[in-house]
Formats: sequence, structure tokens, C-alpha cells
Amino acid sequence: MNRVTKIRGPISVLRRSDVDTDQIIPKQFLKRVERSGFGEFLFYDWAKEPGWDLDPNPILVAGRNFGCGSSREHAPWALEDFGFQALVAPSFADIFYSNCTKVGLLPVPLPEEEVEALMDAVEAEIDLEEQVVRFGGREVSFEIDPETRRRLLGGLDDIGVTLLSADAIDAYERDRERDGPVTTL
Amino acid sequence: MPASLFDKIWQSHEVAEGLLYIDLHLVHEVTSPQAFEALRLAGRTVRRPDRTLATADHNVPTDGSRVAAQIADHLSRVQVETLERNCEEFGVPVHSIGAARQGIVHVIGPEIGVTQPGMTIVCGDSHTSTHGAFGALAFGIGTSEVEHVLATQTLQQRKPRSMRILYGGELGYGVSAKDLILGTIGRIGVEGGVGHVIEYAGPPIEALSMEGRMTVCNMTIEGGGRAGMIAPDDTTFEWVQDREAAPDPMPLDDWRELHTDEGARFDTEVAIDASEISPQVTWGTTPSMVTDVTAAVPAPASEGDERALDYMALEAGTPIQDIHLDRVFIGSCTNARIGDLREAAEIVKGRKVASTLSAMVVPGSQQVAAQAEREGLDEVFRSAGFDWRSAGCSMCLGMNPDTLAPGERCASTSNRNFEGRQGRGGRTHLVSPKMAAAAAVEGRFVDIREWS
Repeated sequence: MNRVTKIRGPISVLRRSDVDTDQIIPKQFLKRVERSGFGEFLFYDWAKEPGWDLDPNPILVAGRNFGCGSSREHAPWALEDFGFQALVAPSFADIFYSNCTKVGLLPVPLPEEEVEALMDAVEAEIDLEEQVVRFGGREVSFEIDPETRRRLLGGLDDIGVTLLSADAIDAYERDRERDGPVTTL
Repeated sequence: MPASLFDKIWQSHEVAEGLLYIDLHLVHEVTSPQAFEALRLAGRTVRRPDRTLATADHNVPTDGSRVAAQIADHLSRVQVETLERNCEEFGVPVHSIGAARQGIVHVIGPEIGVTQPGMTIVCGDSHTSTHGAFGALAFGIGTSEVEHVLATQTLQQRKPRSMRILYGGELGYGVSAKDLILGTIGRIGVEGGVGHVIEYAGPPIEALSMEGRMTVCNMTIEGGGRAGMIAPDDTTFEWVQDREAAPDPMPLDDWRELHTDEGARFDTEVAIDASEISPQVTWGTTPSMVTDVTAAVPAPASEGDERALDYMALEAGTPIQDIHLDRVFIGSCTNARIGDLREAAEIVKGRKVASTLSAMVVPGSQQVAAQAEREGLDEVFRSAGFDWRSAGCSMCLGMNPDTLAPGERCASTSNRNFEGRQGRGGRTHLVSPKMAAAAAVEGRFVDIREWS
């Protein structure tokens, strides 16, 4: 994963709430076995509506409960492949939020009124180190789990980090394991 | 200190701070190929194939195809073949298309008996919350986390907040588990459970069958919840007993400890009177856009509501029972177990599907299909004019040939009514199996409590 530190530039605005992952990347594109190339299918059906206008800027600002619905990581893959590096919304769905942090697409929750203000701004800077969003001469702080922040800042490989605890996993399995296999009947 | 069911399972699975051990990892063809590929590139193996189980469900046609080579759609075929190849290479047990135990991943786990009380269970699918019906902590993950679990049998997790939804009263005649959970989502909203693991409790929950409990836990994600769970009891233990993968003997003393202690604290508590819940029908494009079958399509309260009504081609004030349908779909991980099919069959027995629509039943697994056929349910459905299909996710998400055509209106026992979910331009109304079955006969929604 690439390191995430500062994301700066123009913003794109999607004034809709409860944007579900079926809209972000419709099911017919989940049949690919590759991890790249999903950007061109982003918001595939909505993009055909008259007046649709969403540029591949570094920052996407959207309404509440962004990313609800399925667990498909294809949704963050498509957003990232399209060009977004950070997402700002009043709230995010849990699995989607987690998936974003795994691919280096920074999800930033801000209070609703700050999101509204940001939607009227032209550009912004998101500083992960300082945990702030800067726009229109203002600075608004946001929350992120310290461990998630550490991994994003360092561009760390999650599995590599976990495998540092391999002894603990071995010990857990020795102590707690029930007898016998589970799935291999 | 008194602990909740969730606290107990969480504590017993913490390998280290923020690192949770996973007892069972379920895998399907859509969210796993990139994970296996990443393992291959990094030279990693699957740590515990014996705690991993795969099936093909999202892509499989429900026309009775027995092998991947019969799948006409090239990309779907490649995805199923890729799953089969990956499972062989990494030693993961797989029930692919044509296998006797193939089916929707959330149907076959409990059916085989690998889903057990007290476990941590994950799968690259948001409806993994289904397995919480057994008193397990079960939740959906993305492909990066699938890879992480394959490699380490653990997940990095911060402990979510906790919520208890305590039901009082009892469900009325004709009101099912599906209505209970749709009514709950209508009350808490699609964002109501975000960040929370939800425990469902109270006499109406205890009175539910395992199928009903799975329906409730399944739709937790539609209320935004991370996981849904129900304390195991004799109903649970009877279900697990004698299943192929059930432990012998079952650790009943341990399992009986899996309940929320008196005085345990929850971050959020919600109380709902189950007696107030009527049969539910969704009218919009999120599961919380739902109302009583006796009500009318509500006036829009937001821009999102207006957009939803426009998409659904509905006018505010239209009685729900005046909504006419083109299709009926009985299936999905929410409502395609044998109990669901029995309920629907009872309604359609001796009746005919309305001439104005087409209706299909898709069993949740090959085992459900076989059981239904032993009981003659397939004949009940066929002679009523239903299309009787083979197991898969089918029209719940339209990744296979079963889809709605643009503009078609469908009564569906599935879990999501998002725009285009069942096919581009398709219009979905979520209901219970009984309500779907009666709607198939009448061609429109009816109140199952008064219909005969």
C-alpha cells in the first residue's frame, strides 16, 4: 500500500446520502478476477443521468452513510482507480470505511455542517499527520483510529504487521483449539 | 463484571490487543480471487484450510448447470473456475457448482454445521451477519481482509460499540421474522446500527425458529450494524445437533454460558414492541423505506425520498395493496431455507400464480432443494405456476442470468431494494416469503392476515 500523508487539490461533490456500493460499482463489474481497471465503471448507471458531473479530483465530498450495502472492496478500488485519494462525508458504512483504509483511500468523517461548507469550497488539503482538513482559510479536525493512521502514514503491509505476532497466534491456537477439523469433513 | 454475549466472544478471541482470532472463514467466488492472487504473489499459504470453506453462489446460473464449463457467461465461468483452481492449489475445501452441498454461503454454513455458537466467523460478504443467529460473532469483510484471514487466521479489529434491541410483546398472526427486521430497520434507519454489534433479545426472538433468527441477523447490515447476534438456546442446540460438522459431544456447558449477563452494559439500547409490527413492504430504494401493508406510499420527506419514488415510479398516497407486480422472487440468503419454502408453499398450495406475472422459487442450497423435493414442495410450486430453480444467489443481486428487465416491478424475499440491484432499472419491493407467495397469486400486494 502507498503511504498516505497529505492530499491536496480540487474537490468533487456528490450531494446524495446513503450512496450504496451497488451504485458505486454495479454487480456486473464484480466478475473480474483482477484488482485494477474498475475506475471506468464508477457510478456506471448514475453517470448516464442528465446533468451528472463528477471529475476525477483528489477529494470526493458526499452525503451521509456513504458506502452502505455490500462488502465489495471493488467499490474503493473503483473510486481510487477513478482518481480519488480521499473521501469526506458526515458518516460512512463500517465495512466500506474499513475497506478504504486497506487500499490507501482515506475516509474522512466530518460534522454535517462542515461537509456542507466544504461542498461550497473549490479545493482543500487533508493532512493525515495533523488529522485536519484545511479549506477556505479554516482548519477542521477529524477522527481516525491511531493504529489505522499509523499504517496509512507508514504505508505498512497489514499482513506483515500481523505476522510479527505469529508467536501469539501459535500460542492462541495451542491453548484454545477445539479438537478436530472444522471444514474438512 | 457482567458481560454481554458480544463481550464474551470478543474477549475469548483476542490474540493480542486489536487482533482477533477467526474460527471460521467462509469464501465465495466474487470477493476471493484477488486475495488468492495476492497470496500467490507474496509466496504465502492459507494458514488454516481446515477452518476455511468455499462455495460458488453469486455467479452460478440456477438452470441446473452441473459444472463450471456449462456457465454460458464467460466472466462468470472464469470466476467460478478460478475459485475451484485456487481452492485446489491452497487446499481449501470447496462445494462448487454441481456439488451436493453447494449453495448460498450463508445457507450452507449452518446447514453443514460448521456455524456454531461462540465462534468468530467472517466472509467477504456483508450478509455474514446471518451466522450470528447461532450466538456467533459474524461479520462481512473486504477482499484485503479476506487475504489477511487466509494468511493469518486473524483480523485487525477495533472493538465496535454494542447495541441491544429488546423486543416485547409477541408477533401477530401472519407476521414473520422478515417483517420484524424490516419493521426494526424502518424504526432505527439504515444508519441506526453503524459502528455497533447488535444483540437481538426478548421473548419474540426466543420464540423464533433458527430460520427466523437467521433472517433477522441476516438483515442487520441493512440497518448499518456490523454484526447481529442472538444468544443460543435449546432451539439452537437442536439445530446444530447431528449436523455433519457438529462437535461430538457438543460442548453444551460452554455454550450455555453464551448469554448476556444480568446488568451488562450496552452503548445503545432500543426497545420495540413486536405486537405493533404488521406485515411490511418496502416502497423505496433503501430497506428503511418501508411501511405496513395496510398503509399507503408516504409523502416524500427528503430529496432522497423523491428520488426513490421517481425511480420506483410510485406516487405518494397510493395504497400498498394497489401496487401491481410483474415478478415474484422467493430466494436469497435472507429467505430461501426450508422453513421459508414451507411457509410460501402453504400459501400457494392449490392456487395459481396470477396470469399477469411470472414467479420463481430459488432454494438456498442443493440440500434445501433436495429436502423440498422430498416433501413435494417443488410440485406445489410448479403446479401453481412457479418456476422451480436450482440453488444460488439468483435474482437477489443479478450477477447471474436471473435479473429484472428495466421497469419490471418485483416482490422479493431478498434483502436489498437498491436502485438496479436486481437488474438495471428493476424495481424491488422487499417482503416476507408468505407475503411474496400471496402477492404472486393476487398479482398485487395483499394483507396476509386477512387474505384467504
